[in-house]
Amino acid sequence: MEGAIKDWRNDIYKVFKELDITMVSHVPDAGHTPLINLCEKDNEIDVVTLTTEQDGVGLSCGAFAGGRKSALLMQSSGVGNCINALALPNICRIPFLTLVSMRGEWGEFVPWQVPMGLGTPKVLEAMDVKVFRTDYKEEVGSTVDAAARFAFNTNRSAAVLLSQKMIGAKQFKNG
Amino acid sequence: MIERRPFVQKILKNRQSNLRVVSGLGTSTWDLMSGGDDKANFGFIGAMGQAIPFALGLAMAQPDLRILLFTGDGDTLMSLGSIATVANHPVTNLTIVVMDNESYVETGSQPTATAGKTDLEIVAKGSGISNSYTIKNEKDYDRLIKTIYEEEGPSLVVAKCQAKATPLVFPHSFDGSVSINRFMSTLKS
Repeated sequence: MEGAIKDWRNDIYKVFKELDITMVSHVPDAGHTPLINLCEKDNEIDVVTLTTEQDGVGLSCGAFAGGRKSALLMQSSGVGNCINALALPNICRIPFLTLVSMRGEWGEFVPWQVPMGLGTPKVLEAMDVKVFRTDYKEEVGSTVDAAARFAFNTNRSAAVLLSQKMIGAKQFKNG
Repeated sequence: MIERRPFVQKILKNRQSNLRVVSGLGTSTWDLMSGGDDKANFGFIGAMGQAIPFALGLAMAQPDLRILLFTGDGDTLMSLGSIATVANHPVTNLTIVVMDNESYVETGSQPTATAGKTDLEIVAKGSGISNSYTIKNEKDYDRLIKTIYEEEGPSLVVAKCQAKATPLVFPHSFDGSVSINRFMSTLKS
């Protein structure tokens, strides 16, 4: 993805580098895969594969306490798993940044993705997370940069919803 | 069975300067605070299930320190997957001590899964934490101290202890931002 092909994940990676984000945790999603690959090739970034998204909240807070900035990558279906864990950065005023690849909205094929897709911004806002959203590739870098600065400058939680329109809706074929 | 509070207090009383201690919510935090106020401790009072991932992040960020997590079987059972994450992103400086009283003591001593068929030492080993063992009485203190300060982690020690309610000992503040900032003042970033 890097090099000749311009990809918006490169813009996210640049923000990580500029803001010294050195830990990236995730439950993988196809929308994040190019970014995960970029981070895995970078010796200065630790990539932690989680078994559930909520553990990325605690991991991120522990890392920050120890002096490292991190970001949690997940799909919208993972946001619901994080609800109570989000109390931790909230009550401790620890900066928390998550990037959420959206499902269940633009041209979704799988009906099971719709409930959590619809609930994602509401759930985050219910837990005092500042929600940013990006629908266009050109604005990804500036939006992630703004969200990260919001989180780390104000000691709050911030999420960037990366829209399905931008990522592209996967159409499944039977057989 | 281990009497948990004096056991924890003994570890704290003899602590070395390179140790930072985290505790999971509930009795583990009251145990930790019973050893006296110390900025080098951080106790959860909520966010059940998050103590292990927090300790992992902290251990990764502070590789020159030894990180000790006291937590309960209830907290651990809520996030069993985090044990697999710890095993696969090895941190040599992390010791998890599960104070396993086989019950949710704070809510009326309902039995946990470890009162039944679940063995957290086997869970840890099966998850890939090879340095995992169970201790059942105070004479295992020296072995645990060696694990905490000297052995290559990650380690998970199951400390079978009495299921009895002990007096609550509150931290310096219930405000997490106060607690974490005091704790962070003991760390070099």
